[in-house]
Amino acid sequence: MFRRATGLLARPIISSARARIRPFSTDLPATETGDTNFIEAWKKLVPNIDPPKTPISFMQPRPATPSSIPTKLTVNFVLPYASELASKEVDMIIIPATTGQMGVLPGHVATIAELKPGVMSVHEGNDTTKYFVSSGFAFIHANSFADVIAVEAVPLDHIDQSLVQKGLAEFTQKLSSASTDLEKAEAQIGVDVHSALNAALTG
Amino acid sequence: MAMAALRREGRRFAPLISPQPITAAVRSSLIQQEQAPLGVRSISTQIIRNRMKSVKNIQKITKAMKMVAASKLRAIQTRAENSRGLWQPFTALLGDTPSVDVKKNVIVTISSDKGLCGGINSTSVKTSKGLFKLTSGPDKETKYVVVGEKAKAQFVRDSKKHIDISITGLQKNPLNYTQVSVLADDILKNVEYDALRIVFNKFRSVISFIPTTATVLSPEIVEREAESGGQLGDLDSYEIEGGETKSEVLQNLTEFQFSCVLFNAVLENACSEQGARMSAMDSSSRNAGEVLDRLTLTYNRTRQASITTELIEIISGASALEG
Repeated sequence: MFRRATGLLARPIISSARARIRPFSTDLPATETGDTNFIEAWKKLVPNIDPPKTPISFMQPRPATPSSIPTKLTVNFVLPYASELASKEVDMIIIPATTGQMGVLPGHVATIAELKPGVMSVHEGNDTTKYFVSSGFAFIHANSFADVIAVEAVPLDHIDQSLVQKGLAEFTQKLSSASTDLEKAEAQIGVDVHSALNAALTG
Repeated sequence: MAMAALRREGRRFAPLISPQPITAAVRSSLIQQEQAPLGVRSISTQIIRNRMKSVKNIQKITKAMKMVAASKLRAIQTRAENSRGLWQPFTALLGDTPSVDVKKNVIVTISSDKGLCGGINSTSVKTSKGLFKLTSGPDKETKYVVVGEKAKAQFVRDSKKHIDISITGLQKNPLNYTQVSVLADDILKNVEYDALRIVFNKFRSVISFIPTTATVLSPEIVEREAESGGQLGDLDSYEIEGGETKSEVLQNLTEFQFSCVLFNAVLENACSEQGARMSAMDSSSRNAGEVLDRLTLTYNRTRQASITTELIEIISGASALEG
């Protein structure tokens, strides 16, 4: 009967140690807000199941637009595998929009911008961090928040100049020898990215 | 010493007394009463021993599965948590519109390919069916896109005609953004939609997950809602840079949004799956342990009983000879 008593006694200790290693996720705010219309409609139609949560209840609410322009710009810079900058306050960012380089300061007009391959720089005091971003979107909100979403981004000093030159030559050669439209488009993308990289490194 | 000798004796006598292995008393449910021969003296413990062996093996397997799930969980949890920033800008910009009223709804249900992971798949399915009820109505059309083997099996039972696409084998390779965006592209190309509702289980902790639905609107609906000043009324105040027209940018934007939200959703769901599997396997190996305990007790008691019976036989036989 009590043969396993020691094991049973030891169990809670082990599981609490495990709980310490694996903390609860951090992005759940204490107060949960949701779409009340949705929740009411759900409760009316499906009374025996709790309504599912929606993304907004997992998000920190954003502040309203302040009456005076704040001194800093709050930047979120996210990639599929990481959040490079999360709610970081900086002085200025320069983003490579498809219409040209775009400097964003606090109080910038609300904008949605598509990004092209190019250099995004983050200015913070005297420090400048430069990233090469492949593509994505940037949202600049009226409350001096800026969200930059990129598919891929690397700090500029991680890029090898010689490999860029090699890649550029390779894709230029491919572009000239491409026969189908698909091949041509692929080679064109390669050339675009590599020449943007080259320009970023040399310029 | 004496006990051992007696037992040896008993064993020598046993075949004489009962030539066939007899199994009754304890496991009368296993063997019918009529089959047990008359004059049952000793009881075979073979069946209990076999059962104990199989329970022990089951316990080993569930323990191993738990370990595997734990190590997989660790790898996928960091990736899921890192991908959580990805959908937030879209929700900040386009808002969260689960109550939007549109004609063509597509419910994208995310589930796992493998079983033995508790209730996460049936939770997704139930939530999806609830959403289906909510979005269906006259002159409305709701379809399912099913990701994963398990939800597919459950939907085929009663909503087969509503399944538009089913995708399986997503988790054969480690999930990455490229793979998920190809999948998202596939879905977008093959369904007509006004709103996509992605149903998944958001990972909260090893023992709990939250059924969640994220809504992605089609570019036309985004434009309509923005113009009518509904939930997306703020969108009109944004300047749009790049692209030829506003609708072109919006199309790119919503497609990108879908791939990002889907990427996070599959990671969260995979993470919840491993967590649920871990706790399911933990409780089943604990259960196996309890069953094993009970079986050991029965086994020992039966063995003791048969030894006692044999002893009594020998002693009474000896005393009969002496007398």
